[in-house]
Amino acid sequence: MSRRIVVDYPLLIIAILLSLYGVSVVYSAGQTDVPTFVSTLYKTQALWLLIGMAAAYWITNTSVRFIEWVAWPAYLATLALLASLLVLGTGAGANGHMRSWLAIGGHRLGQPAELAKITVVLMLGKVLAERREAPTSLLDLWKPALVVGIPWTLIMLQPDLGSSIAFIGIFFGMLYWSGVPWPLLLLLASPIISLVLSFSTGLWGAWFLILLALVLWYKPYLVEGIVLMVSNVATGVVAPLLWEKLAPYQQNRLKVFLDPSADPRASGYHVLQSKIAIGSGGLVGNGFTLGTQKRSGFLPEQHTDFIFSVVGEELGFIGVTVAIALFLALFLRATRIASRANDPFGGLVAFGLMSCWLVHVVVNVGMTLNLMPITGIPLPFFSYGGSFMLASWLAIGVLLRISGEGRGEAGALLA
Amino acid sequence: MSIHPNDIARRARIARITLAVLFVTLVGAFFKTQVLEHDRYKLQSQENRLRSIPLPAPRGIIYDRHGAIIAENLPGYSVSMLATNADSLRTALHQLATVITLPSDQIDAAVKRYRRDPNRPTVIIADASLDVVSVLEEHHIDFPRLIIQSVPKRFYPDGAAVASFVGYTGEITDADLNMSQYQGYKPGQLVGKGGLEKEYEKQLRGHEGVRYDEVDARNRVVRQASAQVGLNPESAPPLYTNIDLDLQKFVAGIFGDSLQGGVIVMDPRNGGVLALYSAPTFDPNRFTGGIPADYWHQLVTDPRRPLVNKVVQGIYPPGSTFKLVTTVIGLESGLVSLDSYMPEPCRGGFQYGSRYFRCWDKNGHGALTLAQAIEVSCDTYFYQLGLKIGLSRLIAGGVTLGMRERTSIDLPEEKRARFPYAVDYYNKVFGPGRWSNAEILNLAIGQGADAQTVVNMARFYTALAIDGQAAQPQIAKQRTERQPIFHLTQEQMDGLRTALAGVVAAGGTAAGSRIQGVMLAGKTGTAQAGEKGNHAWFVGFAPAQQPTILVSVMLEYGGHGSRAAHIASAIVAHYLKVAPVNAVQTEG
Repeated sequence: MSRRIVVDYPLLIIAILLSLYGVSVVYSAGQTDVPTFVSTLYKTQALWLLIGMAAAYWITNTSVRFIEWVAWPAYLATLALLASLLVLGTGAGANGHMRSWLAIGGHRLGQPAELAKITVVLMLGKVLAERREAPTSLLDLWKPALVVGIPWTLIMLQPDLGSSIAFIGIFFGMLYWSGVPWPLLLLLASPIISLVLSFSTGLWGAWFLILLALVLWYKPYLVEGIVLMVSNVATGVVAPLLWEKLAPYQQNRLKVFLDPSADPRASGYHVLQSKIAIGSGGLVGNGFTLGTQKRSGFLPEQHTDFIFSVVGEELGFIGVTVAIALFLALFLRATRIASRANDPFGGLVAFGLMSCWLVHVVVNVGMTLNLMPITGIPLPFFSYGGSFMLASWLAIGVLLRISGEGRGEAGALLA
Repeated sequence: MSIHPNDIARRARIARITLAVLFVTLVGAFFKTQVLEHDRYKLQSQENRLRSIPLPAPRGIIYDRHGAIIAENLPGYSVSMLATNADSLRTALHQLATVITLPSDQIDAAVKRYRRDPNRPTVIIADASLDVVSVLEEHHIDFPRLIIQSVPKRFYPDGAAVASFVGYTGEITDADLNMSQYQGYKPGQLVGKGGLEKEYEKQLRGHEGVRYDEVDARNRVVRQASAQVGLNPESAPPLYTNIDLDLQKFVAGIFGDSLQGGVIVMDPRNGGVLALYSAPTFDPNRFTGGIPADYWHQLVTDPRRPLVNKVVQGIYPPGSTFKLVTTVIGLESGLVSLDSYMPEPCRGGFQYGSRYFRCWDKNGHGALTLAQAIEVSCDTYFYQLGLKIGLSRLIAGGVTLGMRERTSIDLPEEKRARFPYAVDYYNKVFGPGRWSNAEILNLAIGQGADAQTVVNMARFYTALAIDGQAAQPQIAKQRTERQPIFHLTQEQMDGLRTALAGVVAAGGTAAGSRIQGVMLAGKTGTAQAGEKGNHAWFVGFAPAQQPTILVSVMLEYGGHGSRAAHIASAIVAHYLKVAPVNAVQTEG
């Protein structure tokens, strides 16, 4: 059922450049004055890159139809894995309190949440593509909401805040691509916005008035409107109570987001050190592997969550700009693939994968500069982690296949 | 879903614009941090990695008047540690305790120091022996946060002999750190704890230097060489004193181990202190780097109280040495002259009201002039002189002569002498009408409500030695400060000195302390001090008519004042390089 396709070389080259850049930085992250286990991780990372590329090659030899067909079983398998994690999962590294690792006989096999991101994108694409018209009411959205909601809940139970944010990105990104009108998206997001704003009564009050105006203008079903307002009140009022329910480390992370210098030796330490590292890098950086903040161990999680701080410290503003430009190129290319896709499923999947990465990049990179709260979300192609590298290249494979089957010339630089 | 190509193109366009805005914002944020605010973060990253290691400055050297060293600095070693928190420090110290002996109270003290100033290397051993240092150097790999430093260590070549005035140094206490006078001091730093070391702390301290060590996030020293230049410690200027170290050691030798008491030797002309010794003494060198607990225990439990300076801190009834105060008041007020007789001759005592007051010589002295009464120290004469002067005039006179003052000698320990401030004192103590005029009799012979320091009696006698001006005793100060306390005619002054010389002459109370070729003038005192015996006093100067040396000696429970006079004469003879008539008798 497979057939040869024209390779989308720009996409492939961007992905390879990002991966090589990433593996190099993982190597540099291991170069510390006092050597740690990190010093040899780049080899593992390179191995996973090869595995990921092989998997991507295999996917390019299948077909979009096959990918769509596999969505259901893959999705169910994902749910089963995520559910089993709650019983069998183990923590690792900085996130020892989380049950996010699948381990058998003490050997950690991987983090199913990373693969779940792809299967959810596939499943959501399948569900949304089946509709003939874009959803126009909240009630229409029950099916997509369920597709994302179940794995999202399972991941929140681990708890893995970072991955769960990625799911929200996927959800909204794909709804947008499916043609859901923006007021509906806003209404859908309103409880979350209420939650965020609930810490300031004034802000929340203002938001609530805007929401009220929006509801009156958009005129959803009466029940929907009521449910919306009630849920907004609930999140706005319940949030402080929920705050009490958060684990101290989660509370700390949010607090640190608000004021990183509050306790520089404890939780604010990460962000402060990251910002110092990036700021001290300057225009051209300290030179590859020569970052002093990293070398002396001031930079925490320098090979995973804060790997972008190493880029900032050692390669400076120029290195940062190159990395960000590569990501932007990747996302623009993915958007182009989505718009050229032969069928709604392909377009949705392409845009969904892009949304997932986008959330990762914006939250992770933003976090290193204290523009975003610390959520323990990895940077695609950069952060050390086999599962994520594999998942990212699986996604590249899917994109290559969709591009190859798409309209127009796959390898052309512009549509 | 809507798959109209126009719809898709529109969505893709909006997505592209959103992406562009997002990424331009991100790049802008990095531009701000990395390019615009680069200097700030560069500085922060340097401060992050550099720990300042304080380099203690040598304290000022203390010299005697001839340039001999009283206090100096020897090379020593201190062991300190950088830590990230108190718990990790404690853990590291417990590990360290497996390699060297480190008592748990020393660990506690180190943790306390850390809490006071976490950014400063915490001193663990202030004065480490070479053995400890070599063991630690061997294990340096295991303790990367350890800092072994060569530091100056205070040393007193004649420790025990000079302890009485030089004091000692030690780690600054918690309580001191809270005091404003020790502002800027850090835990673990050394500070003068007594004597000159404390009095001249500001001058002796020196300026701490600093070295920058590069550390990692766990405070492990990565390398010592640093691009940033540190500051070298600046040693303090030396302190020159009036002490004659040779005489000081001679004095210490006289006292030996058995005698207890205090002595101050001064130049009466300018107040310069030639020697100051309190027995028993202690070894200030053992205080360096922390006092060993057993030594400290020994010092504080010794009934002879070695840590109490008997020259400036101890107050004792002055006994007959005070009779000169009574004499000066009598002469100055014109009530008597040196040739005056009292109404009653001495028959071994004096009947006052219902009470009989004894003279020390129960055989009686007969009829005496004031000058003669001084020579033989006749109590009966001075009882009557006291009555003649009257209580309020006697008290007022004593106050004028400085009998309830500090001498302001440059030692921080000095206590104020005790003397009534006015007649009202007795009303306060005994209640109005519940005391009798008999208090005059006690006061006139240096008993009763009168307790003097050895140094204060010396100060009074400097006025007798020269011209009625009392010289402020000065160990390190070089500026003569003399204060007129009484005005007598030259004739009266000469007469007084002759009478005092008669004390140390055949027939005087200190006849056994004569010195060949030099006339020693002075007054003995045998002060009643309860059941343990009498305090023996002698305050005197020589040569009698042109004094260049003044000695004030007090032997605690030393018996008769003539024993104190023996010591004084030995000191004078040694200083003036002449021989006493009788060899000094010391016990032990």
